[in-house]
Amino acid sequence: MTEKLVEIEDLKVYFPITKGILFDRVIGHVMAVDGVSLSIGQGETYGLVGESGCGKSTLGRALLQLNPPTAGKVRLGGIELTTLPREQLRAQRKRMQMIFQDPMSSLDPRQNIESILSEGLVAHGIGANREERRALISRTLDAVGLPRWALSRYPHEFSGGQRQRIGIARALVLSPELIVADEPVSALDVSIQAQVINLLDELQTSLGLTYLVIAHDLAVVRHISDTVGVMYLGALVEEASSNDLYRRPLHPYTKALMSAVPVPDPLIEERRERILLKGDLPSPANPPSGCRFRTRCPWARERCAAERPELRLIEGHKVACHFAEELAGIAVPEGELVSRSD
Amino acid sequence: MTQLARKKIAKLERLAELAAVHANEGGESLWREAFRRLRHNPAAIVGAVILGIFVLVGFVGPFLVPFSPTQTGLGFVSEAQNIIPGPSAQHWFGLDHQARDEFSRMVVGARQTLLVGVVATAFGLFFGCLIGGLAGAAYGLGGKRGRSLDNVLMRFIDMLLAMPGLLLAVSIVALLGPSLTTVMIAVGFVSIPTFARLLRGSMIAQANAEYVVAATSLGVGRRKIALSHILPNSVAPVLVQATLTLATAIIEAAGLSFLGLGNPDPATAEWGAMLTDALARFEFAPRLAFYPAVGIIITALGFTLLGEAMREALDPKLRK
Amino acid sequence: MALLNVEDLTVVFGGKDRADVRAVDGVSFEVRAGEVIGLVGESGCGKSVTSLALMGLLPPKGNKVTGKAIFDDGVNLLSTDQRTLRDMRGREIAMIFQDPLSSLNPVVPIGVQVTEVLARHRGMTGERARKEAEALLDRVGIPDPRRRLKEYPHQLSGGMRQRALIAMAVACRPRLLIADEPTTALDVTIQAQILELLKELVHQDGTAMIMITHDLGVVAGLCDWINVLYAGRVVETASRHSLFAQPTHPYTHGLLASIPRLDSVRGDRLNPIPGSVRDLLPWVEGCAFAPRCERVLESCVEGPPALVGGAHAYRCVNPFGADS
Repeated sequence: MTEKLVEIEDLKVYFPITKGILFDRVIGHVMAVDGVSLSIGQGETYGLVGESGCGKSTLGRALLQLNPPTAGKVRLGGIELTTLPREQLRAQRKRMQMIFQDPMSSLDPRQNIESILSEGLVAHGIGANREERRALISRTLDAVGLPRWALSRYPHEFSGGQRQRIGIARALVLSPELIVADEPVSALDVSIQAQVINLLDELQTSLGLTYLVIAHDLAVVRHISDTVGVMYLGALVEEASSNDLYRRPLHPYTKALMSAVPVPDPLIEERRERILLKGDLPSPANPPSGCRFRTRCPWARERCAAERPELRLIEGHKVACHFAEELAGIAVPEGELVSRSD
Repeated sequence: MTQLARKKIAKLERLAELAAVHANEGGESLWREAFRRLRHNPAAIVGAVILGIFVLVGFVGPFLVPFSPTQTGLGFVSEAQNIIPGPSAQHWFGLDHQARDEFSRMVVGARQTLLVGVVATAFGLFFGCLIGGLAGAAYGLGGKRGRSLDNVLMRFIDMLLAMPGLLLAVSIVALLGPSLTTVMIAVGFVSIPTFARLLRGSMIAQANAEYVVAATSLGVGRRKIALSHILPNSVAPVLVQATLTLATAIIEAAGLSFLGLGNPDPATAEWGAMLTDALARFEFAPRLAFYPAVGIIITALGFTLLGEAMREALDPKLRK
Repeated sequence: MALLNVEDLTVVFGGKDRADVRAVDGVSFEVRAGEVIGLVGESGCGKSVTSLALMGLLPPKGNKVTGKAIFDDGVNLLSTDQRTLRDMRGREIAMIFQDPLSSLNPVVPIGVQVTEVLARHRGMTGERARKEAEALLDRVGIPDPRRRLKEYPHQLSGGMRQRALIAMAVACRPRLLIADEPTTALDVTIQAQILELLKELVHQDGTAMIMITHDLGVVAGLCDWINVLYAGRVVETASRHSLFAQPTHPYTHGLLASIPRLDSVRGDRLNPIPGSVRDLLPWVEGCAFAPRCERVLESCVEGPPALVGGAHAYRCVNPFGADS
């Protein structure tokens, strides 16, 4: 068993909904993350999938203490982050970094690349002078495959893929242990996505990084993750090793999600059976009683409305469904997602 | 395939060349790019030329004028008989009602007008940015306590906004006594809420930008984030507003002088005051109103043209 | 018999102080009734410009459109006057956009927007139009249509908005539907719903559809015939089965090899296409894809390659399968 780098326990992030002109009155809460526990082993990749509004990005930001958690614990290498005083937390930020979805909006348009990459170094007092920092930055640029003349350039002078490399370099230059990547490729062109995914893979191998990859694209997450967690309306509904999850999804939502992802192969597309979900995601401010997925679940029964299912261990998966064992054999026929034999 | 190999080598060499060019070139910052776009905008050029002439006249003109602006009795003037001599070779713009050289008074008045506009705007800009910047930073980064501070500051600004600008300015002049300094303070004071609201709004918008989250996650301190990320990205609209305010400040200062709230010394050459004097003699010497009025209009136009062009140049949406 | 016959469509953007850009460069394809044609490519390949040109929705200034697009053996969409075109839009040809929120009027209820279309093109008014609108919303799978008709766009979810937009598009039973990335802004489960709906509509009404997307997975399940675009030209055109079974152009091949797939194994390396779409050669000098191509030959840069190969055509001098 590898050592756990990240441990999240019963994390909750609620955003207050306020009303009022002079004095804000709280009239409700958006339960973006509502009781999530997970852990990530040293050097592993944990993939978090779910649709927009499921709270996956909020979870990532709460892990990095960029959104203050409402309740719960977050430990990084044994250090409890949620109760850390501001200055000590700032020092800990060196160990955990983030890669953003939109490489343009996450780079300050008025900073050149050298300034962007040295900011973190300055903040943590790494490198005695500008020359030392520049040497460090240049090495990082090499690592992410950017030319050195990039240093004096500004973000708007680069293509989307190059900008994402700048974002990755900014995270890397501090030699962090954990990187949270929030939709790292979804803003990029298809042919560029693979470059960035491979780069993330290589960096993990050479630097021993631990990743939390947040994405809506199951294929991407499946490709780079060791463990995958599926989120729905603020909670984990299933967690399993990447291969297990895709071979045999147990939760009805996971099944539906996987059957909805288009596969670029007409033969598979014609054969596979789709589980079409009814309707839309309910509001996280007013989630349904019991199982949150029951309003869209094709197999929902009375018990689902009355009782919220806990994550249970079934066949190596953690599943939050009352009827997971029963449903294990249904739908998604075996072999549906096997690749072509070529 | 030797030819292909040669071609490939040639291509590699070209790429290396290109990289070398890139390396020497250095990046183009947003400010520099905005300036380049400004230079290509005809409106900006016209505005800049007008203001260039205005500033030149304001600085150098008073040393070159043919007559002292306060010297009276340069010719025969009789208001009872409606005689005020018009333009002549000696007096290009003619004489005014006290037989002073109108041209010299216009030139020297330009300096006063420039001074009023710049000082008043600077006054408003300084205090407006101080309040707005504080409120914006507090709201964006200061959590709950920051929001309270912002609330207090903004309600104060709202109070200022609730009062009609001219009334506020008149009250200030009435309080401090009419003088040129008072006019500048009054006109500047009126523009404080505009600057404060603008900077605050712009800073709050920037505080939610993703690169601010990125800086936080890097471990950059809050004060540094406010000063080196949020503020530089928020000042563009404020700068544009300052340029436009210069135009209105000149008009407002002229207005206050016109109402007799400006410099109490009637001998001082100042466009607004000259306009006031001219009004009593408008029927038989309309040209006396014409010169200062045209002066004010053209100067305000110059600032407005430049301001609008700056707005276009700094607009990130218009960048290609 | 083709419903729409596009021949040599070229769109050049230019201005007095800008260099000309050939956004679409000699694109030809046919659409038959009941058939779904896919235009696939990455940003900047010209797929959206093609659709806008066909609909006559390009800005009136700063571009030049040449070529032919004969609709139903009659009107040339590219040269006809704006009035005829306006009349055909909605009645004969309808379009579905990527972002349903900005395509709907935010201050007008959904019902009014749908009945407006019915009034203009089918002359329906009052109670009849309302009934028809209700039936339309019901058809595209919007629950409780009577209530939804009174709601404003912002009160609907993204998926519902796209459904409402589709309802407006099919209101007049158009013969050609142009869908420009209709599911890109939506979640996968909603995307599956919308794709299913589009499939159904095409199937039931015999409507022809042009599907514009960057997602090869979407094309694989939906389109009968696929055109792959790169830098404004069609680089490969084939039936769906043929294209995915034998991707022939290195670009198509590279795209398929670079997408992570649900059925691949953890640890598999992807084979990305090097460089970015910015690294291109002007087509007049050679193959635009040559700078990124791993199969590049000397002859690739000696002039533009022609579209060859019969039914499954490709624009390449050294295609996959050539060496075996």
